[in-house]
Amino acid sequence: MVAVAEPRREQILAWLEEVKDPEVPVLSIRELGVLRDVEFIGDDVVVVLTPTYSGCPAMRAMEDDVLETLRRHGVERVRVSTVYAPAWTTDWMSDEAKAKLEAYGIAPPGRVESDALVPLRRRARVTCPYCRSKNTTLRSEFGSTACKAILFCDECRQPFELFKAI
Amino acid sequence: MSIGNRQSGVGHREDPAETGPATRDGEWVAGARPSTATSGGSDNPAFEYVVRLADDRLVLGHRLSEWCGHAPILEEDIALANTALDLIGQASALLKLAGEIEGKGRTDDALAYFRDAIEFRNVQLVELPNGDFAVTTVRQFLFDAWDVLLLERLVSSSNATLAGIAAKALKEARYHLRHSAEWVRMLGDGTAESHDRAQRAVDTLWPYAGELFLTDAIDEQAVKSGLGVDVASFRSAWLETVERVLRDATLTRPADGFAPRGGRIGRHTEHLGRMLADMQSLARAHPGAAW
Repeated sequence: MVAVAEPRREQILAWLEEVKDPEVPVLSIRELGVLRDVEFIGDDVVVVLTPTYSGCPAMRAMEDDVLETLRRHGVERVRVSTVYAPAWTTDWMSDEAKAKLEAYGIAPPGRVESDALVPLRRRARVTCPYCRSKNTTLRSEFGSTACKAILFCDECRQPFELFKAI
Repeated sequence: MSIGNRQSGVGHREDPAETGPATRDGEWVAGARPSTATSGGSDNPAFEYVVRLADDRLVLGHRLSEWCGHAPILEEDIALANTALDLIGQASALLKLAGEIEGKGRTDDALAYFRDAIEFRNVQLVELPNGDFAVTTVRQFLFDAWDVLLLERLVSSSNATLAGIAAKALKEARYHLRHSAEWVRMLGDGTAESHDRAQRAVDTLWPYAGELFLTDAIDEQAVKSGLGVDVASFRSAWLETVERVLRDATLTRPADGFAPRGGRIGRHTEHLGRMLADMQSLARAHPGAAW
């Protein structure tokens, strides 16, 4: 066993700021809400993550990045544990994180729709992250990743992605 | 490949009696049927219950994944693949839990790839071939409407892991329902052809939806222990959702009648074995492979 002084929780969390969402590299896994906690169990550092979507393929990449990042900082005994509760929600995203998303060209998540059966024409309008127009149309409920939908701005004629509110 | 063929051969026989354990040692008796709760399965009711939840998702998720690269428009190709991912992710979490409950060291992969058709516990609705886009959409809608109601109740499961998986899956299921309900409306209230295809899909699939609400001793035990929920209790709520959307879509709700059953105890249509042959061939050809 390598004799590494147990780093403080704050230090570990600071290092984990380096781990970004591979598909949305402007957000750290903390800002995304995937990083739930850091625990110390025996000699192990346990990083607690929760998946965004049950089948999100980027979760594996994030787990690997967590392990690699902490090992790079000399933390050898580290593992990842996955929790499902409380279920991940875009409501955990701070206004600061939402602003980063918008600056990156992804419309941030709005409020979570409570009724799944609201017809398309009666749903809230999404603001274009490029020109701020509300004259936008939903093109696809699903986008390039599980967490995004595809929209089109009828004002600046630019397709863009929306971070889905769940 | 030989494994895939063998698997397909087992699954596509039409008479469920032929797939039961009674035929395995050659002592088949005319009229014999596989014993009810344990055909090809386990005698642990909690394991059985969780596997049923998992298999609906695994099989439907795989069916949806077959659309990848073939959907009528790019947006729906992406949507179907994303929905498939959610369902397969849920199945993976549930099969992990089932493996832990069983306590025999079977992982989610072992349960997904190394069980035969008679050991699968999904309803027959989800194993039916995709048909046209209307069949896939209507099947998804009938399932999603049921799934949301199921998961809304399953979040109160006495098993904390199951409750957690359900709470996560519920958010995804609501999004799936929003998407599939919208498409049922668009197809039903669209062109004459899309309306006809959607109505045909509703008529074809309606009988199979009945199995979603059937219960047996496994369910009763799960309800009693607090692990599971009583599906029969929300059939009227399901009907309300389904009838509302069908009405919006100008589609006619068929009358209830004969409902195929048996998926929950391992009696499947000929289609599941073929699907599994495809789904399992890689894992069986290269056991233990990782990538």
